[in-house]
Amino acid sequence: MSAPGTAAFCLRLLRRQLVLAVRRPIDIGNPLLFFAMVVALFPLGLGPAPDTLAEFAPGILWIVALLSNLLTSDGVFRSDFDDGSLEQLLLSPQPLYLSVLSYICAHWLVTGLLLALVSPVFALMLNLPVAGIAALFGSLLLGSAVLSLVGGIGAALTVGLKRGGMLISLLILPLYMPVLIFGSAAVKAAVTGAPAGPYLAILGAMLSLAVALAPFAISAGLRISVDA
Amino acid sequence: MWTFFHKLGSPPWLYGISGSILRYLLPVTLIGLAIGVTWGLLFTAPDFRQGNSYRIIYIHVPAAVVALAGYYVMAIAGAVSLIWKMKMADIAMKSCAPIGAALTFIALVTGAVWGKPTWGTWWVWDARITSMLILLFLYLGVIALYEAFDNKAAAAKACAVLSLVGTVNIPIIYKSVDWWYSLHQPASIKFTGESTIHASMLYPLLLMIVCFYALFTCALLMNMRGEILNRERRTSWVRKLARGGDV
Repeated sequence: MSAPGTAAFCLRLLRRQLVLAVRRPIDIGNPLLFFAMVVALFPLGLGPAPDTLAEFAPGILWIVALLSNLLTSDGVFRSDFDDGSLEQLLLSPQPLYLSVLSYICAHWLVTGLLLALVSPVFALMLNLPVAGIAALFGSLLLGSAVLSLVGGIGAALTVGLKRGGMLISLLILPLYMPVLIFGSAAVKAAVTGAPAGPYLAILGAMLSLAVALAPFAISAGLRISVDA
Repeated sequence: MWTFFHKLGSPPWLYGISGSILRYLLPVTLIGLAIGVTWGLLFTAPDFRQGNSYRIIYIHVPAAVVALAGYYVMAIAGAVSLIWKMKMADIAMKSCAPIGAALTFIALVTGAVWGKPTWGTWWVWDARITSMLILLFLYLGVIALYEAFDNKAAAAKACAVLSLVGTVNIPIIYKSVDWWYSLHQPASIKFTGESTIHASMLYPLLLMIVCFYALFTCALLMNMRGEILNRERRTSWVRKLARGGDV
């Protein structure tokens, strides 16, 4: 049997990750459930006044999306590290840059994309004006991809540690902050009638930067973790 | 050139040379700090609007400047250790983190103390203050990651990657004042064009900045010497040193 080409290999890797995710629907459902529950906490804590909620909705939705992304990024490489297939991947002749990108892509498809798709429902529950919903969807779509890439760095660095869970948030949250700022600013701009385009453009720029650079950091992190 | 580079990788050589540097640099730094503090606190005119409260600038600005520069030093040392696998670069990177974190903390605290009489509040979520807070988190993240690994060689590599990733945030920190203009004043000292701070206040400030850089270097070297001794404690030259011999 001949070795698959790089593109075919990455597609197979992506498909494998997606199949693994689909076979364990609870892993897909958990971040969404977490998103819904934390959103429900805010009216309880802040009071149910629609005006207050509408004012805070862009920030709330973005923070909750960020947290659910953070919680799932811990597990991106975990099971493959534990059963040794990650080590095989590092030994394989395929370019690690692209293989890592397929892992991240799979993670984004099952968390970021789904969160962006369900976010309008929660936006309506938090009384976010309809004008902001398109911007929310667009900014989450772009921003969550950046979050997945950056979260992958933290996951790669901590995958070999027994207690990685708390540490990864300490490492990754500071790096998430610029995304949060521009993501929620896009939604706020759209709500007040200002164009959200510039903010989305900055998020897009961050995404390009992250796609170009993050896989290098993730590959380096994985090598360090596997060697240790 | 290359022999110098190779010598840098040798613990006894670095231990010896850093000792000689410290012997001169440390007294000079302390004298400079004493002069700078006296000059800044006693012999400059009070600000026409802020009165005497502005004098904390002589601690606040140098600490903030060096805290930012310290991150670069850490990231560059990390890059050197990743690329050339130089053990001493590991040690430099690891020794930078606590000093940088302390300086960032000093900058934040003095900023809060300065903010109270000037802006009427201890803390505002202004872009620059927030970025300094993020910088503190970045430093603490590096320290926490280093401590989490049992294998210290892997810890150093992981921290090097993390600090390189963190440098992406540093330009954002520098540019933040331009991006979200808010309460914090824009940079007053410019290398090109006119500074917006009067010369009589500027010179002691520049002296303090230089002294803080020197202080950072001293603290870094002392930290590194401690770390070198700790890592090399089983080697013959450290044992000889401990018995009172020369390196």
